[in-house]
Amino acid sequence: MVKSPEGANGLVSVPALLHRNAKEFGSAPAYREKEFGIWQSWTWAETLEEVEALALGLIDLGVQPGDHIAVIGRNRPYLYWSMMAAQMAGAIPVPLYQDAAAEEMAYTLDHSGARFVIAGDQEQVDKVIEVQAQLPGFEQMIYLDPRGLRKYDHSKLHQYSHVQDAGRAKRDELAPEMARRIAALDYDSTCVMLYTSGTTGKPKGVVLSNRNVIETSKSSSEFDGLRQSDDILAYLPMAWVGDFIFSVGQALWSGFCTNCPESADTMHVDLREIGPTYYFAPPRVFEGQLTNVMIRMEDAGAFKQKMFHYFMDHARKVGPAILDGKSVGLVDRLKYSLGELMVYGPLKNTLGFSRVRVGYTAGEAIGPEIFDFYRSLGINLKQLYGQTEATVFITAQPDGEVRSDTVGVKCPGVELKIEPNGEVFYRSPGVFVEYYKNAESTADTKDAEGWVATGDAGFIEEDTGHLRIIDRAKDVGQMASGALFAPKYVENKLKFFPNILEAVVFGNGRDECTAFINIDLTAVGNWAERNNIAYASYQELAGHPQVLATITDHVEEVNRSVAEDEMLSGCQVHRFVVLHKELDADDGELTRTRKVRRRIIEEKYADIITALYDGSSEVSTVTEVTYEDGRKGSISATLEIRSAVTSAVAQKMAAE
Amino acid sequence: MLDQAEGYVTADGRKIGGVVMEMKNITLRFGGVEAIKDISFDIREGEIRAIIGPNGAGKSSMLNVISGFYIPQVGQVFYKGAPRPPMKPFEVARQGIARTFQNIALFEGMTVLDNVMTGRLTHMKTGLWGQAIWKGKAEAEETANREVAERIIDFLEIQAIRKTPVARLPYGLKKRVELARALAAEPSLLLLDEPMAGMNVEEKEDMSRFILDVNDEFGTTIALIEHDMGVVMDLSDRVVVMDYGKKIGDGSPDEVRNNQDVIDAYLGVSHD
Repeated sequence: MVKSPEGANGLVSVPALLHRNAKEFGSAPAYREKEFGIWQSWTWAETLEEVEALALGLIDLGVQPGDHIAVIGRNRPYLYWSMMAAQMAGAIPVPLYQDAAAEEMAYTLDHSGARFVIAGDQEQVDKVIEVQAQLPGFEQMIYLDPRGLRKYDHSKLHQYSHVQDAGRAKRDELAPEMARRIAALDYDSTCVMLYTSGTTGKPKGVVLSNRNVIETSKSSSEFDGLRQSDDILAYLPMAWVGDFIFSVGQALWSGFCTNCPESADTMHVDLREIGPTYYFAPPRVFEGQLTNVMIRMEDAGAFKQKMFHYFMDHARKVGPAILDGKSVGLVDRLKYSLGELMVYGPLKNTLGFSRVRVGYTAGEAIGPEIFDFYRSLGINLKQLYGQTEATVFITAQPDGEVRSDTVGVKCPGVELKIEPNGEVFYRSPGVFVEYYKNAESTADTKDAEGWVATGDAGFIEEDTGHLRIIDRAKDVGQMASGALFAPKYVENKLKFFPNILEAVVFGNGRDECTAFINIDLTAVGNWAERNNIAYASYQELAGHPQVLATITDHVEEVNRSVAEDEMLSGCQVHRFVVLHKELDADDGELTRTRKVRRRIIEEKYADIITALYDGSSEVSTVTEVTYEDGRKGSISATLEIRSAVTSAVAQKMAAE
Repeated sequence: MLDQAEGYVTADGRKIGGVVMEMKNITLRFGGVEAIKDISFDIREGEIRAIIGPNGAGKSSMLNVISGFYIPQVGQVFYKGAPRPPMKPFEVARQGIARTFQNIALFEGMTVLDNVMTGRLTHMKTGLWGQAIWKGKAEAEETANREVAERIIDFLEIQAIRKTPVARLPYGLKKRVELARALAAEPSLLLLDEPMAGMNVEEKEDMSRFILDVNDEFGTTIALIEHDMGVVMDLSDRVVVMDYGKKIGDGSPDEVRNNQDVIDAYLGVSHD
């Protein structure tokens, strides 16, 4: 890689981009946040003033170039400004997951050696105070919302607005120092450090340079034609690389407006009010919204239901083709327009998708029928494939080439290769600098030529150049018979049923596959309500015979579909249990981004797995659970083990 | 220590001021039943004062005396130093006293926001005609009141249900909405009648947090009735204990906890 001092158009850092935006789009909205029931907004010029005031305040507090500043809280303009202010002061922002428990936070805070913490509210301040004894590097904390913090010892604590006031008061004195620090930033200085969610082991601090962030933002903005007038809703964790790229990188590069919801609970209302033009959501959000629509349609009057289904059928037939600009007959087009007027338009408006021009989903596989539902409505939903180490983008689907089973073609500037074992490798301008204080892992992940292992197994389709991902490379195994074992492939098929929230398939090195299943309380609960089935708890509903029968049907349907794929037909689920509790990040069973932690689940539920394989018809178990406040309790349950019919193909193969 | 007119300082460093309300030898009868027998105590500015006792001890009656809803046959209530005459509910509200109810008393068909806005009623000055035309003063007034309501909605974290009719809300949230409505009146004395009744542990923790925050943030004096001893002991600065209409204890949570009469009342001994 040639190292040039010049960045894209001479813009080599986040502060430089902010200055450009303040100059060029000074009066255009940069940030909005709903507070006290009203959307408050800040222009780029105002944003620059706010950020500078905070940066000066930070310098005044003693922030030195190269310091790490942890930022913890929900998506708020002030916290995005904190990250930019840190960069203006020459420091490196480290956004952390706000829902992490104090001990989890202690690790990242200690590992990053953050001298300063900027926290959103009392809850976050409390967590840091709780663990501060374990943090030799920690010095000062700044908080945003003063509520409940009045009586705290303020020797190490500062209110955000007061820091800004101090910065403003000392502007004349400190401005030259700030200008010097901004000028010292070049294309290879660190822009941000983001912790991976830690699917395996401890979180790792991924160091991204200005080059990584700006090059990626530039090429991806161009790829999708993002404009200055676009709007996004920032509601995904600030510690996640995607949010950093969408709400900071691309927002600064393109100059579009970042909108922050009033609170996590109001996200759907706020989404409707803002009507973003550029939208990202993980598949589960799209799934949840579709489930809600379907549930609400069941309660609608007969006429409305009929109209809905009539036009949705038509949309499924021609909607995606119209969206892709393919030729569609005049009559079909007219009918689609009528449908737009009667059904699709109002529905999109209700969902908040009226203005979506570019929509992305990633992180997990999305069910084909969910994907098609949104596309048939005329929402340009696409898939991308990426990771923190790549500054998000590895592959993405260009307009007109969108399918539910691929993750798209390589993004501009990205090179791909597939190793013989199926693992996908990439090289791009977005490839991370290093794992902070972890040269060993850096070397394991990134080779001398800059190729990075994704840890995912996949293949590139010959004719289209699209990448298809099968599973995590390390999870792909072999069954006792030698057949390929790809648990995620089966789990995804199971999860495409609205009734199934989460599934974990076992079978590596065994004769047959078995599964744990979590029901989706919203969907199943609603079904129970409509069928007059009373239940007192999640556990009771999950163990209801009719629920078990429905889930058995789903499993058998998945078996039939898995059997169609010769390579993977060994992965059919023979026996399964519906778990008595939801797998939860608080119990360590999922990562904070809701990915299954296989090893931990295998250990924790070893007794149930044994029962799945020893032929017993039920199993009694006691499970430890962690409540939101960190206390522990336990749930005991007797679970029924169900057998599912496996498809004939597999039986024949097994016999051979 | 408590007898001093200047008040006292709590364990967590809050300064408690002088007496806001004083009950002097209150006796309240319903026909032949003596609900309250010769009780005296005071409420000081800025404190969280709890009234506890077993079922039927006369707690709610006491709160109704404080709120001016019941007029005691014997004894006198002093509010801000002056003896309080019998008053209508709206007059009580104008004095800066707001309350919540044990059995939630919200307007079920109205949205949360509208319910909270009703709490602003005493702060609205424009008349019927002005409101109907809704220009100038009435409009400005509504904007100002809405702003106060929104701050309270934000404070109690009920933004997500702002436009939801109250009837659709679960019990725990209704309790919170009721607190919001009471706070909207910007009271100097807030009366809470069993704010945690029927709640689960998590809801109780949330509610406790809000009560402490209200006291801390707005400096509101709070008098509350509560069943849950654990919650009361954690929350309040001083506790009055009632049993069979009589006061059997009064003091800090620790003093009350070690009071033999209180222990007897709760663990149960035969009453002669």
